[in-house]
Amino acid sequence: MFDALTDKLQGVFSGLRGRGKLTESDIDQAMRAIRLSLLEADVSLPVVKQLTTAIAERAKGAEVMESLTPDQQVVKIVSEELTALMGEANVALPLASKPPTIVLMAGLQGSGKTTCAAKLARHFTSQGRAPMLVACDVHRPAAAEQLAVLGEQIGVPVHREDGTDAPAIARRGVEAARRGGRDLVIIDTAGRLSIDEEMMAELARVRDAVDPTSVVLVLDAMTGQTAVEVASAFAEAVHVDGVALTKLDGDARGGAALSVRAVTGLPILFVGTGEKLDALEPFHPDRMASRILGMGDVLSLVEKAQATVEIGDAQALEKKIRGGSLTLEDFLEQMTQVRKMGPMSQVLGMIPGFRSVAKAKDVEVDDRQLDRIEAIIHSMTPSERRHPEIINGSRRRRIASGSGTSVQEVNQLLSQFKQMRKLMKQMGRGGLPALFGSPTAP
Amino acid sequence: MTPAGEDADREAWAELFGLAAPASEEAPARRGLFRRLRENLTTPRQTISPQLAGIFAPKLLTPATWEELEDALITADVGVETTMDLVEELRGEAEEGRITSGADLSRALWEAVAARMATEPARIPLTGSPTVILIVGVNGSGKTTTVGKLAHRLAQLDRKVVIGAADTFRAAAIDQLAVWAERSGAHFVRQSQGADPGAVAFDAVASGRARGADAVLIDTAGRLQTQHNLMEELRKVAAVVGKVDPAAPHEVLLVLDATTGQNGLSQARLFDQAADLSGVVLTKADGTAKGGIAVAIRRDLGIPVKLVGSGERLEDLQPFDARAFARAIFSPEG
Repeated sequence: MFDALTDKLQGVFSGLRGRGKLTESDIDQAMRAIRLSLLEADVSLPVVKQLTTAIAERAKGAEVMESLTPDQQVVKIVSEELTALMGEANVALPLASKPPTIVLMAGLQGSGKTTCAAKLARHFTSQGRAPMLVACDVHRPAAAEQLAVLGEQIGVPVHREDGTDAPAIARRGVEAARRGGRDLVIIDTAGRLSIDEEMMAELARVRDAVDPTSVVLVLDAMTGQTAVEVASAFAEAVHVDGVALTKLDGDARGGAALSVRAVTGLPILFVGTGEKLDALEPFHPDRMASRILGMGDVLSLVEKAQATVEIGDAQALEKKIRGGSLTLEDFLEQMTQVRKMGPMSQVLGMIPGFRSVAKAKDVEVDDRQLDRIEAIIHSMTPSERRHPEIINGSRRRRIASGSGTSVQEVNQLLSQFKQMRKLMKQMGRGGLPALFGSPTAP
Repeated sequence: MTPAGEDADREAWAELFGLAAPASEEAPARRGLFRRLRENLTTPRQTISPQLAGIFAPKLLTPATWEELEDALITADVGVETTMDLVEELRGEAEEGRITSGADLSRALWEAVAARMATEPARIPLTGSPTVILIVGVNGSGKTTTVGKLAHRLAQLDRKVVIGAADTFRAAAIDQLAVWAERSGAHFVRQSQGADPGAVAFDAVASGRARGADAVLIDTAGRLQTQHNLMEELRKVAAVVGKVDPAAPHEVLLVLDATTGQNGLSQARLFDQAADLSGVVLTKADGTAKGGIAVAIRRDLGIPVKLVGSGERLEDLQPFDARAFARAIFSPEG
């Protein structure tokens, strides 16, 4: 998510690398580049000034100037300063000691409140809670309808009413949740321009009507220099408790997150990372900082894998792999599980170094290619999947036409699968060295 | 709005669509539009001005003036490169003695910005039969609302409009647009949620043709520009429309939230690659959000702003006037 900034910083430091000790002017040059990168990443100007001053001061200290690996020292300093600015730990949304917990969603028009409300509800459902959504956006046409549709998709009840009295709808929504035994209420509100006093006053009335446990400000990750102003305006009007950062799956450099946290002190609670309703993740400032520096985001990847892969399944699979009895059925299942983690481009982007390799080799991760592989396997009979060696010419033609692919593509998949099985057998026998230099499996 | 304001409004829109201007004189109309823009962009007076006022106030320019100017432009999301470029130009003029005071600088700044944003007035000529306008953009930028307001303006000018609901992804997007279609009396072409957006677009254009409509407005689903598959889908929608009429789409407008920072450049670049943009609709420019990224987009990619919006009200969407816009944002007098 901080791709571009990562690239820039690597550019700066590769220039310094291998030259031995730094001079003060080297450091000035690095600072200018860091300043530029941060500005291009939409970090707000006062925060950029604060950051570069702090980084430069430390970089000019003995620890860097006399170091044999000054670039690494500077990277370390930048990383520490960024992490410190973004807050130290992963902050959880506070829950009420006496249910229901009431969460009020606020934000500018188009920041993604309604989608975020539904994602949050889904998140809490998966934690065993019983949320209810309340549609209080009485201004945008069909906003309540949108929330109702999303609620149905995730199996969460939605309280909606006709009429335009948002505070009253919110209050009755909370009452309905209490009666229905729901332990969490998420209230979606209308988007507003931060300078629209009338709308801000309405938001304050909704807040007063329900006395929420917390107010979440939904902020678009693509926001520019106004992010701090916007966050401050909402904080002043309704006392915000934390921020949900949306649309972080694009190439937005997300400097807004850094600025808002640094200036207002509001913690980032969640980040939205995709169109699907499960694409909501907790925010980890330390991981974000290492991401800026191109270290990848292995921890998030591990967490995603743990959340989607059943441990028992994984053990059974490992046994099969070691025994060399992996079937196309297992392969398909495996692939489905990996893909549950999200689009491949996103999953692979978390692997350290993948981004620069992919860029250098012009690799494009195309999920449609995986769609085709899935289609081919789906077009096989169960016995073909278990015993791919029985697939002869006429079967290949049938599979190709059934899956809308070509015989060549079927052949390719089969031969790659055969190679993979052979490779895994060697691994299982402890023949790991044989792996090196071998052709890779899909 | 006052009756005089309404007339000015109507005239500005007629001009935008290349329709015969009503008989009234031009001068008051221009003033009306200018006032409206300024009103929208400066209520409450919270533009870049407080910061700029400080720079422009001193009679003499000092080295610090340039640094402050740079900061002010960056704060308006103009971007580092465009900022450097602007500051350098103004500095050169100062060195040659054409700028000597803060007041000179103020005028030179907004004129330089205006020159970078447009060389001629924004136009969306209704030359097609019908003219097909494709509305694209990232999630939440204000596409559906823009389609609704455009339809309303066209209807006011007695144009026959068809709206195609090709955002078949977002829940209730079709219902939201249906409300707008009803308000403006436009013919509404829709399929169910999840339907193929290309098919909806095709139907809308075919229906516009059959009905002898003047314009077909096609709303598309919001997508982040990095979502390869969705951008390919958009490419397909544009291509499908071209099957009904090879000249279509006549306009592809990128709806851009004025609060957007430097990511706006990436949006414009990638949407342009997929669907060949003809212009930008800058939405939610309310004073806090200055939309400076539009200056960078025009400078780097040559894509001009055609419409500017500052709020929810119907009259908040206006044909873009570069000089009025630059002045409202970059001049301390507003």
